[in-house]
Amino acid sequence: MLSGLTVVLVCLAYLGVLFAIAHFGDRRADQGRSIIDNAYVYALSLAVYCTAWTYFGSVGRAASSGISFLPVYLGPTLGMALAWLILLKMVRISKAYRITSIADFIASRYGKSHVLGGLVSVIALIGTVPYIALQLKAVSSGIDLLVPADDALAHVANGGGWFDTTLLIALALATFTILFGTRHLDAAERHEGMVAAIAFESLVKLGGFLAIGIYVTFILYDGVGDIFRRAAADPALSRLFTLAQGSGAYGNWFTLTLLSMFSVFLLPRQFQVAVVENVNEHHIRRAIWVFPAYLLLINLFVIPIALGGLMHFGVGGVDPDTFVLTLPLSHDHQALALLVFIGGLSAATGMVIVETIAVSTMVCNDLVMPLVLRYGGQGLARERDLTGLLLTIRRGAILLILLLGYVYFRVAGEAYALVGIGLISFAAVAQFAPALLGAMYWRGGTHLGAMGGLSAGFLVWGYTLLLPSFAKSGWLDASFLTEGPWGIGWLRPEHLFGMTGLDSLSHALFWSLFANCGAYLVGSALRPPNAAEAGQATMFVDVARRTAGVGTSFWRGTGQVRDLVTLVGRFLGPQRAEDAFLRYARLRGWNNLDEMEADPSVVQFAEIQLAGAIGSASARAMVATTVKEEVIGIDEVMEILDEASQVRAYSHQLEEKSRALEAATAELRAANERMKELDRLKDDFMSSVSHELRTPLTSIRAFSEMLCEDPKIDLEDRKRFLGIIVSETVRLTRLVNQVLDMAKIESGHVEWQNAEVDLREVITQAVDSVSQMLKDRGQDVHVVVPDTVPILWADRDRLVQVVLNLLSNGSKFAPKETGVLDVRMTANEEHVRVDVTDNGPGIAEAEQGLIFEKFRQGGDIRDKPQGTGLGLPISRQIVEHFGGRLWVTSQVGAGATFSFELPVGWRDDAPDGDAQP
Amino acid sequence: MANKILIADDEQNIVISLEFLMKREGFDVTVAGDGEEALKRIREIRPDLVLLDVMMPRKSGFEVCQEVKADSELQATKILMLTAKGRDTEVAKGLAMGADGYMTKPFSTKELVAKVKTLLGLGA
Repeated sequence: MLSGLTVVLVCLAYLGVLFAIAHFGDRRADQGRSIIDNAYVYALSLAVYCTAWTYFGSVGRAASSGISFLPVYLGPTLGMALAWLILLKMVRISKAYRITSIADFIASRYGKSHVLGGLVSVIALIGTVPYIALQLKAVSSGIDLLVPADDALAHVANGGGWFDTTLLIALALATFTILFGTRHLDAAERHEGMVAAIAFESLVKLGGFLAIGIYVTFILYDGVGDIFRRAAADPALSRLFTLAQGSGAYGNWFTLTLLSMFSVFLLPRQFQVAVVENVNEHHIRRAIWVFPAYLLLINLFVIPIALGGLMHFGVGGVDPDTFVLTLPLSHDHQALALLVFIGGLSAATGMVIVETIAVSTMVCNDLVMPLVLRYGGQGLARERDLTGLLLTIRRGAILLILLLGYVYFRVAGEAYALVGIGLISFAAVAQFAPALLGAMYWRGGTHLGAMGGLSAGFLVWGYTLLLPSFAKSGWLDASFLTEGPWGIGWLRPEHLFGMTGLDSLSHALFWSLFANCGAYLVGSALRPPNAAEAGQATMFVDVARRTAGVGTSFWRGTGQVRDLVTLVGRFLGPQRAEDAFLRYARLRGWNNLDEMEADPSVVQFAEIQLAGAIGSASARAMVATTVKEEVIGIDEVMEILDEASQVRAYSHQLEEKSRALEAATAELRAANERMKELDRLKDDFMSSVSHELRTPLTSIRAFSEMLCEDPKIDLEDRKRFLGIIVSETVRLTRLVNQVLDMAKIESGHVEWQNAEVDLREVITQAVDSVSQMLKDRGQDVHVVVPDTVPILWADRDRLVQVVLNLLSNGSKFAPKETGVLDVRMTANEEHVRVDVTDNGPGIAEAEQGLIFEKFRQGGDIRDKPQGTGLGLPISRQIVEHFGGRLWVTSQVGAGATFSFELPVGWRDDAPDGDAQP
Repeated sequence: MANKILIADDEQNIVISLEFLMKREGFDVTVAGDGEEALKRIREIRPDLVLLDVMMPRKSGFEVCQEVKADSELQATKILMLTAKGRDTEVAKGLAMGADGYMTKPFSTKELVAKVKTLLGLGA
C-alpha cells in the first residue's frame, strides 16, 4: 500500500505541474506567442467534457448494463458533426458582442435583461454545485482506495472532522482558479494559461485510462479476444454484450444521446472552452473530428476493463466504479494505480477549474453585479476604480462555489443525490437549449418567452429529477415518489400525469423540454418583439452579415468621450481603458481621445468593452448612466432593419436582374445562332436560285450575241439557236414561277382555296392535261381508280399540281415510245392513296432522299431532264400541308413509284383563315 | 495546228453555244458532260485549254481543276473556270485550286473569246 503522505505529495506535485503549465501559458500569451492557438489544443480542451464521473463511472455503467455507457459519448460525437453550424455561430456571436458566459449569451439576446441572466446563472449554479461535489468525491474515494486505513494521514484524510485531503485539494483548486481565471479583467478576456493546463490534463487522463486499459487487457488477460471469450462463457457477463431489452431501453438510449449532445455545447464549462476561450474559429474544423476521436480512444478499453474486473472480483464483489484502481492494487501494482489515480484526479480538477470559472463569471456578472450596481449607493458611484471590487467578487464567487461543492460532498456522502447528479446536471443545462438555439435562428423569440421557457423547464426539472433524487437519498419521504405529494397520484414526480413506460431521466427530459419549449413559444407569441429584442435578434441571427460590415447599432446615445473612458476605467482599470480607447480612436482615424466624437459607435465600443467585464446587461445600464440615451422606438428600429432589408432586397433584385440578363443573353445567343443558320439556308437558296437563273441566261445571251454579231450563220443554225433561246426562256419563266410558289408556301402566304374534293376528278384532270404531251412522246398512261372514294377537304388546283408534277416527272424518265405510266388510286377509311409508277431507269437508293431537296434532280446526266428541281419539293409541301405524306419507292432498272396519301377527314383549323374562300 | 479546247459543262445548250463559238474561232473542240468525263478527255486529248463548269455531276469543276494541276503531265493545261454561282468565295476557291482564269455566267461571248486567246498566248 502507498503511504498517505506519498499520495498527498504526488497530488500536490501534480497540481504544481498544472500551475507551471498555466503560468507558462499566460506568460507566452502576454508575449503574444500563444501556445493555445492550435486546433489540437482546442480539441483537447474540449475534452474537459470527460470528468471523473465518466473516468470512473463508465466502467461502472458498463459493468452493470453493457454498452449503455456509450450514449454519453455518442451525443457529443453527433453534436460535433453540427459544430460548424451551431458552435461556429455561437463563437461568432460571442466574439462580436464580447459575450463571456452562457447566461450573458441568453440575456444579451433577449433584450439585455438582468433577470434572464440571473435566472440562467441560478440554473447553472444549482446544476453545477453537486456536479463539482461529485468530482471531489471521486478524488476522495480514490485516495481512500490508495491509502491504507491505518495510515497516519488517512485519519486526517478521511476520518476526522471537516479538514481532510479533499478540502485541501478543493482549496488548491480554488487557488489555481483564482490565479489563472481572474488575473485581470478585460473585454477580450481569455484564460490562456488555464486552457493550456486543461489541454494537458486531457492528455494525462487519456494516458491514465489507456494505461489501465492496456494493463488489464494485455497483462492481466491475453488481449481483447481472451476477455470476451471468457466473459461469453459466463451467462451473467454475456448478457452485457447485448442491448438491454424492452422499448424503455431505446428511449433511454435516445434520451442520453440527446442530453449529451446538448451538453457538449451548453454545459457552462463546455461553453467556456468551446466558445469563450476559442482563439480562432478555424480550430473548430479540426476539433470536429479530433474531439470525437479522443472520445473514441478514451472509451476503447471500457468494456475490457469492466469485464476483466467482474471476472476477477466476481459480480458484486467490488464496486465496479473503482475497478480502474482496485484491479492494479489487487495485483500489487501500486505505481500503476497511482498513475491511474492521477488520471482521475486530472479529470476531476479539469472539470472543477473550468466549471468554476464559468459559473463564477455568471454569478459575478449576472447575479452580483446587477445587484451591486443597483443597490451599491452613492459610495460606489463615486468610486473611480471598480476593478478591485469586480475581481474580489469573482474570487469570492470561485471560493464560494468550490466550498459549496465541498460542503455538498460532505453532506450528501453516498446519497443518490450525489451519485446520480451527472445526468441530472446534463438535464438542467438542457433547459438552455430552446432559448439558446432560438436565440441564434429565430427572430421571433422574446424576453417573455425565454423567461417563461427557462422557468417552466427548470421547475419541471427540479420537480421530476432533483426532488426525486432527494427522495431517493432519504432526505424526503419516499411516499413523495410512490404516492405523489399529498397522495395525489397523477402528481407523482416520476410518473407525471400518469405517464409510465419511460425511465425517470427520459420522463423528466420529456416533460421539462415540453414545458420549456411550450412556454418559450407561447411566451414569444404573446406579443411581438420590442425594439431591444428585435435589434438583438437581428444582430444574433444575422451575425455573419452584421459583423462583416460596419455594425448597425440599435441603441443610440451621445455623451463625452472622457466620461466613457472614465466609466470603462472603473471596471477595467484606468490605464487599460485609456489604452483601449486610444487604439480604437486610431482605428477610426483620430489621433487622440480629445478629438474623438462620442458618436453612437464609440458608445457602443464602450459598452462592448464593459460587457466583457460585467456582462452585457450591466454594461448597458452603466453606459446609460453616463450618456444621454436617445430613446429609439420600435419604429426606428424597424426603420433601421428596413433599411438593411431594403439593401438586401435591392441586392436580391440586382442578382435577379443579372440572372435575367444572363438568361436573355443566352436566348439572344441561341436566336442569333438560329438566325445564322437561317441566313446560311437562305444564302444557299439564293445561291441555288442564282445558279438556276444564270444557267438559262447564259445560253440565251451566248446565242443572242452570236446571232446578233454574226450575220453569216446559216439558216439551220439560226433556227436551232432561236429555238434554244425560246425554250430557255420558257424554262426561266417556269423557274421564276416555281421559286415564287415555293417561297409562298414556305412563308405561309398561300391562299388555299379549300373545298370538297373528289380525288378521282383531280386525277382525271391531270391526266387529261398531259395526255397530248404523252401522245407526242409515244408514252401510254393507265389509270385505275376505285368506284367510291371518300371526299377530301383540300385545294383542288394544288392537288392537280401535285399529280401533274408526278406525271410529268414520270414521263420525263420513262423511255420514249415504250414508256408507260400507271396511275393507281386506293382508299380506305383513313387514307386516300395515289401511286404513279413509271417504267424508267429507277432511282438509286442513295438518291431517293436527295430528289426531294430543292434544285436536286435525278436522272441521267447526259440526258439532263427538263425541270427546275423544285417540282417535288413543292409537291411534298402541298401534300404535307393537307396532313399527308409523299414518298418514293424504286429499284434501279425497275422504274419508280411516287406515292402520296392524304388523311380522310382533314380539316384546315388554321386560325389565320386562309382555308375558307 | 489549231489549239485544242475541251468544253466541260452539263448544260446541253451551253455546250452547244460554246462549241459553236470556239469552232468559229478556229479551235479544235471536244466536249464533256460531267467531271469524270472531262478528266478522261483531258488525259486522252491533252487540250491546251479547258472551259470548265464548276457545278457538274460526278466530279465538280474544282475537283477536276485540282487533279489536273496536281498532275505534273497535265498541269500545263490552261483552265478557265465558268460558274453560275457568282460569289466571291467561289472565285477565290477556283483560283486557289490553280485555275488560270475565271468567268461568271452569263458571260459576254466577246470577252470569253478574248480571255481564251489571252490564256493561249494568242495576240488579240
